[in-house]
Amino acid sequence: MGQTRSVTDEAVAAVFREEAGRLTGALVRVLGNFDLAEEVVQDSLVAALEKWPQQGIPDNPGAWLMTTARRRAIDLLRRDRRYAEKLALLEGSPHALGAGAPEGMASEADDRLRLIFTCCHPALAQEAQVALTLRAVAGFTTPEIAAAFLVSEATMAQRIVRAKRKIVAAHIPYRVPQGEEVAERLEAVLAVLYLMFNEGYLSRGASVGMRRDLAEDSLWLGRLLDRLMPDQPEVLGLIALMQLNLARSAARFDEAGEIVLLPDQDRSLWDQDAIAAGTRVLERAAMLQSPGPYQLQAAIAAVHAEARTWGDTDWSQIVLLYDALLRLSDNPVVRLNRAVALSHLAGPEAALGEVNDLAITLGEYHLLHSTRAELLDQIGEREQARQARLRALELCQNPAERSLLERKLSR
Amino acid sequence: MKYVLLFGGTMEGADQLPEEHRAAAMADYEKSGQWFEKYTRSGKILSGEELRGPTTATTVSRKNGKVTVTDGPFIESKEVIGGFAVIDVADLDEAIAMAKEWPGTVEIRPVIDHSQDAAR
Repeated sequence: MGQTRSVTDEAVAAVFREEAGRLTGALVRVLGNFDLAEEVVQDSLVAALEKWPQQGIPDNPGAWLMTTARRRAIDLLRRDRRYAEKLALLEGSPHALGAGAPEGMASEADDRLRLIFTCCHPALAQEAQVALTLRAVAGFTTPEIAAAFLVSEATMAQRIVRAKRKIVAAHIPYRVPQGEEVAERLEAVLAVLYLMFNEGYLSRGASVGMRRDLAEDSLWLGRLLDRLMPDQPEVLGLIALMQLNLARSAARFDEAGEIVLLPDQDRSLWDQDAIAAGTRVLERAAMLQSPGPYQLQAAIAAVHAEARTWGDTDWSQIVLLYDALLRLSDNPVVRLNRAVALSHLAGPEAALGEVNDLAITLGEYHLLHSTRAELLDQIGEREQARQARLRALELCQNPAERSLLERKLSR
Repeated sequence: MKYVLLFGGTMEGADQLPEEHRAAAMADYEKSGQWFEKYTRSGKILSGEELRGPTTATTVSRKNGKVTVTDGPFIESKEVIGGFAVIDVADLDEAIAMAKEWPGTVEIRPVIDHSQDAAR
C-alpha cells in the first residue's frame, strides 16, 4: 500500500482545487490569454508547495495564490510592450481579479465553467484535455499529472505546452457553448472526467505516495460541474457512477496492495453511506427522464452494490441494463461486459462464443484476453487460458492489473 | 481571426465512378457550391478556389541545395486536397460550425497574423 498522505498534503490539495480553477478562470477573463493565465497560476501553486510546508498554510490561501500569480503575471508582461494595457489592469487594483475577494464571486461560477469547456475542447487531443483540466481547473502540478498517467514529466509538460499554444494560436474560445452545441460538448467533458476517474480508480493502492487522489478529484470535478450546470442527467449519472465505485474502494485492494476482484471482496468493507448517497444521486438523475450511458452504468454499479453476497447478484437485471446501453450505442467494450454478466446466467460456453466474436474488434484490448482466460478456465481449457492471459499481460499497462495477471499466471 | 479551410477530395475521376457513387459525388459537389455561395454572401469567405486533381500536380522540391521538379503532389497520402477557402470568423468554434456544413472532410488551419510586423 502506498504511504498515506500527510495532513498538510491533503489540506494543500483541498486549497488548490478550490482556488486554482477560480483564479485561472478570472485571470483568463482579465488577460484574455489562456496560456499566460494558466502558467502564472501554476507558478503560484509551485511556490506554495515550496513555502507552505514550512510556513504553514496562510489564513487566506486564495489571496496568497492570487497575489503570487498576479506578481508573476506583472513580471512576465513587463517584458513585452504590447501588453501595456493588460499590465495596467493588473497593477491598478489587487482585487481586479475577483479571486479571493468576496465581491468578485459573482462571476466565479461562469469563469470556471468556461474554463472547463475550454480545457475539454474537442479540437485538443483527449489526453491533453485531461491534463489541462487537471492543471487549470483542479490545480494539479505537471509532475503529479505525469505520475498519475505513468508518463515522464518532460512528455507531459510537452503535451500541455502544445495544447496551450493551440488554444491561443487557433483561437479556441473561452466560452460556455450554447444551444445545440451543449450536448455534444458536455459529452466531451464527461468523457474527460470519466477517463481521469478510471485512471485514478484502477491504480488506487498501486500508486506510491501520490499527494492527490485522481479518483477523488474526478468526483470533485463532477460535483463542481453539477453546481455550475445543475440538472444535467448525465452529469448526475457520472457522479453516481463514481460514488458507487468509490464506495467499494476499501475492499478493492488487499494489505499487499494487490487487486481483489468483485467476487472475492469483503463486502463489509463497502461504504454503505457512499452507496446510499450514490443511489440518491442516481434517483435524482432518473427523475429527469433522459437516460444515458453514465446513468445506465451507474445503475449497473448500484445492482452490484445492493447485492449482499456475490451469489445474490441480480444478473438478469444487469444483462437488461447492458442491453439498454447497447441500444444507446453499440460498443464492443459494453458487449464484452454484457458477455461476462451473461456467463453468470447462461454459463461460460455461451459467453465465450460472444467474447470470441469480439476478438477482432477488441484484439488490442487487454480485458478481452483476460476475460477469455477466465471463461476458458471455467470450462477447463487451462492451456488456452494461459495463452490468453499472456496476451493480456502484453497489452496491459496498469501496474495493479498487471500484477493480478502475473499472480494468476504463476498459479 | 482568419483560417484556411482545406477541403479533402476531388472530382477528378468522378466520371469513372459507378452510377450510384457518381450521383452521390455530384450531389455533394452541388452542396459544396451552395456552401460557397452562402458564406461568400455573408462575407465569411475572403477567397477560395477549387483545385484540379493530384494527377495535374507538379512538385518543386529542394534537397541539399539541389532543386528537383517532379510529377505529383508533395504529400504522399490517400487524402487529396481538392480546394481551399480563406475565412474570417470570430473563433475556432465558428470555423468548426462552418466546416460541419461542408459535405466532406475539412482541415482547419489558423492563419498567422503578420499585420503587426511592420509596426514593430
